[in-house]
Amino acid sequence: MKKSVFLGTLSAAALFAGIAGAGTLEDVKARGVLNCGVNVGLTGFGAPDANGNYQGFDVSLCKALAAAVLGDATKVKYAPTTGETRFTALASGEVDVLIRNSTWTFSRDVDLKFDFVAVNYYDGQGFMVKKDLGVSSAKELDGATVCIQTGTTTELNLADFFKANNMSYTPVNVGDDTEAQRQYLAGACDAYTTDASGLAASRATMPDADNHIILPEIISKEPLGPLVRHGDNVWGDVVRWTYFALVAAEEYGVTSANIEEMASTTTNPEIKRLLGTEGDLGAMLGLDKEWGKRAIAASGNYGEIFEANIGSATPIKLARGLNALWTQGGLQYAPPFR
Amino acid sequence: MAFVQDTPKDSFRLGMLIYDTRYRSITIQVIVLVLFLAFLSWLVNNTIENLAAKDRTFDFGFLWSRAGYDINQTLIPYTNDSTHMRAAMVGLLNTLLSAFVGCIIATFLGVFIGVLRLSKNWLVSRLMTVYVEVFRNVPVLLWILLASTVLSETTPAPSDFRVTEAMQAAGEQPKAHMLFNGSVAITNRSMNLPAPLVEHGLPRLEFLGLSLNSNVLAFLIVFGASIYANHLLRSNARRVQEQTGRRPVTWWKSLAILLIPSAALLFALGFHLDYPVMTKFNFRGGMELLHSFTALTLALALYTAAFIAEIVRAGIMAISRGQHEAAAALGLRPGRTMSLVILPQALRVIIPPLISQYLNLTKNTSLAIAVSYMDLRGTLGGITLNQTGKELECMLLMMAIYLTISLLISSLMNLFNRAVKLKER
Repeated sequence: MKKSVFLGTLSAAALFAGIAGAGTLEDVKARGVLNCGVNVGLTGFGAPDANGNYQGFDVSLCKALAAAVLGDATKVKYAPTTGETRFTALASGEVDVLIRNSTWTFSRDVDLKFDFVAVNYYDGQGFMVKKDLGVSSAKELDGATVCIQTGTTTELNLADFFKANNMSYTPVNVGDDTEAQRQYLAGACDAYTTDASGLAASRATMPDADNHIILPEIISKEPLGPLVRHGDNVWGDVVRWTYFALVAAEEYGVTSANIEEMASTTTNPEIKRLLGTEGDLGAMLGLDKEWGKRAIAASGNYGEIFEANIGSATPIKLARGLNALWTQGGLQYAPPFR
Repeated sequence: MAFVQDTPKDSFRLGMLIYDTRYRSITIQVIVLVLFLAFLSWLVNNTIENLAAKDRTFDFGFLWSRAGYDINQTLIPYTNDSTHMRAAMVGLLNTLLSAFVGCIIATFLGVFIGVLRLSKNWLVSRLMTVYVEVFRNVPVLLWILLASTVLSETTPAPSDFRVTEAMQAAGEQPKAHMLFNGSVAITNRSMNLPAPLVEHGLPRLEFLGLSLNSNVLAFLIVFGASIYANHLLRSNARRVQEQTGRRPVTWWKSLAILLIPSAALLFALGFHLDYPVMTKFNFRGGMELLHSFTALTLALALYTAAFIAEIVRAGIMAISRGQHEAAAALGLRPGRTMSLVILPQALRVIIPPLISQYLNLTKNTSLAIAVSYMDLRGTLGGITLNQTGKELECMLLMMAIYLTISLLISSLMNLFNRAVKLKER
């Protein structure tokens, strides 16, 4: 009798273990903290600053999300993940959302059971070499030793690129960006390859940044974006539309500076819906009216976040390029808020 | 006597399962077994439920799909078109290579240091004590990182070996030179050695899906046969010595038996050395010994040697002083006392703990990722796991492989132990 009760408890526990983690939005609200998976350290995108607080382009999206869902941009617990650990961290429920320069690919979306909800940075893979190597094109790298982060799409692109151009190379597989940078600077490899944005970010932190050049070839498409677990559509919608709110805000000229003024004076119904002064889009997401307003107020609209973390005024000096708004010839485009 | 006959024999009650010492141990074992099985079934059930909840499958089919990535050290032919299975094999062989070389170095070094630690020379014994204490009391990962840093920081970059036309015109010398008359180059990435090549080699042998180099195989067979012939020659000489008291001169016969057949085979195959040559970025040709391999293997060997030294010392000290004194009384010099009397007896004490050191070293090779050495953990448990997203399958497979390697090593060492242990007659 006792034994069967015990076994029953065991199987019930097993059942609950399987079901737990179904509604991430409820989990986050109940917990009061957003668990955000970010980069271990990539300056400009996600890295701790001098005070140990995480800052960056990707981190700002974590803050906007926390502001939208929990009403406080500081209620984020950052989980640093490497290229190898990130997907396991998301799949196991250790993080609620992964915003960490992760490329949207078919197999990750379909086979690994994740949902990429948007593309917050359109990128491509490039090469960085030392100037005194005398190389001006990636096609001259035949026979070179190349440092590469393990567990990334760049690993496969690299193999394909050298194969397509009938060249050979020696890979040096390293754990994360910091280690790759160290090996590259120590001369363990001739070239370092990763997303072009990551190369610019790495280069900005090098003591002799002028001695390194990023080669013109971009050998792949790397749409980087936030991702959530597959099947949790409510939570996926929250992340997706929080991101679109930031893009739409830039399009309509809503900034962190003028947001209060806009909310009270604007006559544009789309902006009113975005900021929650008209309609009730928030309720449809399972949030309150002012979710969009708080998300934008957290660190500004998409353009503000870009310029503050990786734009031309920062040491990383990335141009908007493909990441300009669609109205300015770029690819960043938010569907209508209605 | 009356008491014994009064003991009740029948009437089994349920309480006896706990209160009767005859049944108690069985009761406890049954309960523990049931609990254990329940825990195991819960674990398996939990895994299945969670996999189902995530809509994931459990299968090993991915092992036969294209790997798509490159590996810098491959002992068997491999390209990025090979399968994940092949990549795992490459990683496994890299693991085994590092473990094998590491164990050999650690054994020689460990025996040497263990013996010297007992030296009567104060300085030598203290130096060896310092070695043992320093190496075994610092985590092995730090030794691996240190070895890697030393190798890469103290050696010149490949570009320092390059001679450009401008430099030739100006009569300048490159910053770094190759060693041994231009045959060996040590850069901050690897050690480039001359590689043995054959002009007209034998075709490769396909065996169980593995492709074997039949040139190496032929050489090993011929050389093995030579060693056996030499052994016959020497045992014949010993017999003559025991019968007549005079040992026939054998050294030139030994030398001829050992060298001539192998040399003839190499000549027939057109043996020559391929020297490394500097190209645009790296040395090409020859044999490349990556620093990641050297650093990992050397650090593991040095670290494990400290433990082996202690095992050897304990083994020697376990042999009674009477053995030393008896050997000395027979007129044996200290060196021969050690190799003929003490060590063979000490082996019986040394081998069992030595097995576990070999196992430790083998398992520690999984720290290879720290220096970017592509071992089993780096290929199957690293890149393959990440690119396919099959965490559970890769981890289970990797655990099964490490378990198999460890069990193989310990069963081989147990066989050896049985051969040398004290024969009781």
